[in-house]
Amino acid sequence: MKPAPFRYADPGTLDEALAVLSAEGAGAKVLAGGQSLLPLLSMRLAAPATLVDINGVPGLDAVEVTGDGVTVGALVRHNALLHDDAAARVQPLLARATANVAHPAIRNRGTTVGSIAHADPSGEMTSVLALTDGSVTVATPSGPSTVEWRDLFVGPLETSISGPAVVTSAFFPALPPRSGTAFAEIARRKGDYAVCGAGVVVTLDEDQRVAAVRASYVSVGLTPEVHDLTDAVIGSPVEKADWTAAGELARTLVDPDGDIHASADYRRLLVGVLTGRTLAEAAAEAAAAVTRE
Amino acid sequence: MTSVDTERTITVTVNGVPREATVPVRRLLSDALRHDLGLTGTHVGCEHGVCGACTVLVDGDPVRSCLMLAVQVAGRTVTTVEGLARDDHQGGQVLHPVQEAFRECHALQCGFCTPGFLMTIAAGLEKRDPAAELTEEEVDDMVGGNLCRCTGYANIKKAVHTAAATMKDAR
Amino acid sequence: MTTKLFGEPVRRREDARLIVGRGRYLDDIGHTALAAAFVRSPHAHARITGIDVDGALDVEGLVAIYTYEDLTGPMAEPLPVLIPHPQLTEPRTGYPLAREVVRHVGEPVVMVVATDRYVAEDAAERIVVTYDELPVVVGVDAAYEARAAVHDDVPDNVAARHHQETGDVEPALAASPRTLSFTQYIERSASMPMEGRGVHARWDADDRSLRVYSSTQASTSVRAAIAAKLDLSLDTVEVIAPDVGGGFGVKIVHPWPEELLVPMAAIALGQEVKWAEDRREHFISSAHERQQRQDVTVGFDDEGRVTALDVHVLHDNGAYTPYGIIVPIITATQLVGPYVIPVYRVRVDSVYTNTVIVTPYRGAGRPQACYAMERTMDRIADELGLDRAVVRERNLIQPDQFPYDHHLTFQDGRPVIYDSGDYPGLLDKLRTLADWSSADVLRDEAAARGKLLGIGMAMYVEGTGPGPYEGGHVQVLGSGKVLVSTGLTSQGQGHETAFAQIVASELGVPIEDVEVTTGDTRRFAYAVGTFASRAAVMSGNAIALAARGVREKALRIAADVLEADPGDLEIDEGLVQVRGTPGASIPLRTVAVLSNPLRYAFDEAAKQATQFTTHDDSKPPVAEGDAPGLEHRDYYSPIRSTFASGAHAAVVEIDPETWEIDVVRYAVVHDCGNVVNPMIVEGQVHGGVAQGVAGALYERMAYDADGQLQNASYMDFLMPYASEVPDVDIDHQQTPSPLNPLGIKGAGEAGVIPGTAAIASAIEDAVGRRITSMPISPTELYDLMRSEDSETTATAARRAGTGVMA
Repeated sequence: MKPAPFRYADPGTLDEALAVLSAEGAGAKVLAGGQSLLPLLSMRLAAPATLVDINGVPGLDAVEVTGDGVTVGALVRHNALLHDDAAARVQPLLARATANVAHPAIRNRGTTVGSIAHADPSGEMTSVLALTDGSVTVATPSGPSTVEWRDLFVGPLETSISGPAVVTSAFFPALPPRSGTAFAEIARRKGDYAVCGAGVVVTLDEDQRVAAVRASYVSVGLTPEVHDLTDAVIGSPVEKADWTAAGELARTLVDPDGDIHASADYRRLLVGVLTGRTLAEAAAEAAAAVTRE
Repeated sequence: MTSVDTERTITVTVNGVPREATVPVRRLLSDALRHDLGLTGTHVGCEHGVCGACTVLVDGDPVRSCLMLAVQVAGRTVTTVEGLARDDHQGGQVLHPVQEAFRECHALQCGFCTPGFLMTIAAGLEKRDPAAELTEEEVDDMVGGNLCRCTGYANIKKAVHTAAATMKDAR
Repeated sequence: MTTKLFGEPVRRREDARLIVGRGRYLDDIGHTALAAAFVRSPHAHARITGIDVDGALDVEGLVAIYTYEDLTGPMAEPLPVLIPHPQLTEPRTGYPLAREVVRHVGEPVVMVVATDRYVAEDAAERIVVTYDELPVVVGVDAAYEARAAVHDDVPDNVAARHHQETGDVEPALAASPRTLSFTQYIERSASMPMEGRGVHARWDADDRSLRVYSSTQASTSVRAAIAAKLDLSLDTVEVIAPDVGGGFGVKIVHPWPEELLVPMAAIALGQEVKWAEDRREHFISSAHERQQRQDVTVGFDDEGRVTALDVHVLHDNGAYTPYGIIVPIITATQLVGPYVIPVYRVRVDSVYTNTVIVTPYRGAGRPQACYAMERTMDRIADELGLDRAVVRERNLIQPDQFPYDHHLTFQDGRPVIYDSGDYPGLLDKLRTLADWSSADVLRDEAAARGKLLGIGMAMYVEGTGPGPYEGGHVQVLGSGKVLVSTGLTSQGQGHETAFAQIVASELGVPIEDVEVTTGDTRRFAYAVGTFASRAAVMSGNAIALAARGVREKALRIAADVLEADPGDLEIDEGLVQVRGTPGASIPLRTVAVLSNPLRYAFDEAAKQATQFTTHDDSKPPVAEGDAPGLEHRDYYSPIRSTFASGAHAAVVEIDPETWEIDVVRYAVVHDCGNVVNPMIVEGQVHGGVAQGVAGALYERMAYDADGQLQNASYMDFLMPYASEVPDVDIDHQQTPSPLNPLGIKGAGEAGVIPGTAAIASAIEDAVGRRITSMPISPTELYDLMRSEDSETTATAARRAGTGVMA
């Protein structure tokens, strides 16, 4: 279990990184945290001709928080985002989801943007990007572009980004007013990829009635999806809302696969249960937010 | 222009000592420490980042050394289990409290996973306020990402508490 | 007075090096060695049609490539059937490198040697092996159906039919007031030590001698196997087990192909060669254990007393049988547990499958045995509406029945005669420790929190310390240092400490003066190995006997010097003294010096023993029948195994929405006779329990129908982290063994044995559905709960008020 030979560059600027990527061609791959890539290299399931290590590129390690949302730079480690209180205030799902990413030693090195670019449907942050209706910024030789999450995820471990490009940041829009969130996972072992995970956002109106309910799941489906569950509970006073019904609705909307850890049916069961549980939690938070207004 | 290499000479401070090594760029940090620098205390248990046996500190933070390339630590500081004890300036060593606690609590059997546990726990204990009550959640964070096949973990968790108590008293 | 260290929780001496990174494991040795890597079969069953190495030849750093065609002499023959047995009628083993046919994914086909492991893997990747795929057999049922054969010449796939009976079971069953029958399954797991296997070999061309380091549990036998296979004289081969990062059984198998091929290459190339197994290799080429199908019929009376037991076991032995049928024999003979079984018949069919070989993994057939017997007890209790503990109690062998002869033949060919025990004592302690009688209160309390709670128990008897023998050597040096060696190996059991405690206690020396070496054929060449919870029993007693021999000699020499009767002497803190006469003493180190009359005074101590220091001209310097040196070698060879025992209880909580299973409490009562070091024994129990829980809820080898292992990584093979292992409450009972001088029984495997049975029982108790296949995961429990075919237990029906009240 040793990586196949490759060439290595660690450019000092983004322009240099793009230049190297251009020069090295299709066999070049960007290395950021490497916590998903290195195992693939060691198992020789991936054998890029060149690794372009962007860890030396300045300016990519910032978390920028505005009223509109949180911009997470390509070199922000999971652990930094987990403990970023300002980011958590604007978009609480970031810390809540990140707490479920692997174990601390992995979070010290792995990056949020890297796990999004890796496009693993078992990854928490892909799901959160979708749920928050986020996007990524991609640097290319012809200039930066923004790719909405819907256009980003093409398949498992596959994004729409091609050619010489570096994903420089991910943008997670702020939590809307009168909203609450929750995130929960069920994993066989703590820190494992989830058998099923659920992130939800509940938005209420001024009268504490349910206005919108959105959910996104981890390890369910080939790419992240956002499911609108509003219909199951719309207009219901928050304290009386039937979150189980929303869970039931979610079960009918997802199309999970089975594997050695869970059958498709079991994943569907968990989608229902986790949806019900997280919605109740998120709704309580939303209700508190309305009360504060 | 950025150089694209298959081999590099790197300088890295390991356990306080500047070291130089010429390595193929694909060399994993774990292998470089063990085979190029002769620091065999860092063990390799899975080479896919799950077991934690190879955990070392890079700039003070625990990381899996099998999930980094050696070239990535150029110019940085690495601490391995060999560097955990302090020099007593009398030709001997003063063990880190967690090393003492592991022996005291029988927190190791075959010893293969031990260096990884020692590093993650030592880092965790060093970063916290020693006066604060140690919570089980903190303990879980320190030991929860490493596999041990011998001990059933009970005595490892006990050792974390013992070491924390020592560090509290030594404050 | 010297503290008697036997029985004390002495801190481990090996830790001093291990906690500072100065252990020396296999891959820490020989940093300039060439590295080996293997091309392994990607198919579970296939005929090799071609091996094309051309693509590898221009890899810079490639040194050598070996295929079966390069093997000569004994190396070209099949690997040995290590433990032959008359009932193993169709033994089959592979070759060091595959010849013509591969029979499991991971079987070695080509060995590559290169300047380092990276390069070796580069070359291996470029070697093209072509195959014609053959039909694949996976699972015991498919093997027994035999629509395809793993070995052409074994068309029914049955390697062995093992059969034991203690009476005429069919009439006994017919005469039984009640009978019940059931079938259940248990899946594979594996030892999975944190350090994989590994071999390092160095050939000294001038001396024509070979030194091999192997991460093994049996260095003396590896040595003999290498000598035999490579046509070397035994005296030119030495094998050393360095620090070994866990074994748990997988490293008792030998010679592994790599243990022969690496030395072969080292000799051929005249350079050091090393192979350190990686984790993927470990999953697909090292051994697994545990898969069985068990068909049980039990006869019993209305009080729940067993009258007859008939068991048929289908045992999956994997693709080959290098370790014989030890595992299923242990299942067959340990199944009876702590119970009186008036008539017992067991039939085992051990079958070939296209999967990794099955050889002992901690417990070695006992977890399966315990699962069969204990689930039988649960079934009887359920049928009769009795407390499961009460049914067990009524069947237990009583303390006054020892020695208790089961009239079975154990894995070592010796009778299964339990030497000592107090099984009712275990059960009583367990009921108290686990708060057995409060289960209903706990159940209600959990129900109030929306959880299903269940409790289960399991008891076991474990034959430990089988022969044929182990030896020990104890030598006192002129420096006062006491060197101790034994041939068996260590993988974390704390032998350096436990054996030193024994010697310090027997000899009356400070433990700091004692140095223990294990698993090094240079130091002790006669040994069997570390398995079957035998190290403390076997080497512990051998070393105690050796220390007693040294003591006797020391007292004899000291008596001469002190002009006293040896019977009046004692040794304390390394000083031989006349009891009750202060001042009349001689240091043991001086006795050591005097024991070896010298011509040359190479140091101050030696000066005391030169020829002019003895004045009695009437005797030769070394008396007839005596030998120079204060040392003694002795052996312990038991008449038969000694039987440890224990009882475990598990409390589980199940989330009825997600079917997650949480072991919230785990209680252990443990009896391994006299204890050398209770700290170490508790550590063994903790580790065993973790593996027991793992085997019940997390670990399995997920083969698909094509024989591909779906979870060959730590990512998908769910070895528990700390978060998955419950806290364990332990209580002890000590029933010394009358069979050995120290009165000890083995403790290494016990912790793992009852886990599957106890947890299955607890889950069944919680959900009220019959659990017939283990391990069980939440997704499987969900399937079980909604399956129309799953059986509701009578207990659950009674609780629901719909069944017949007992």
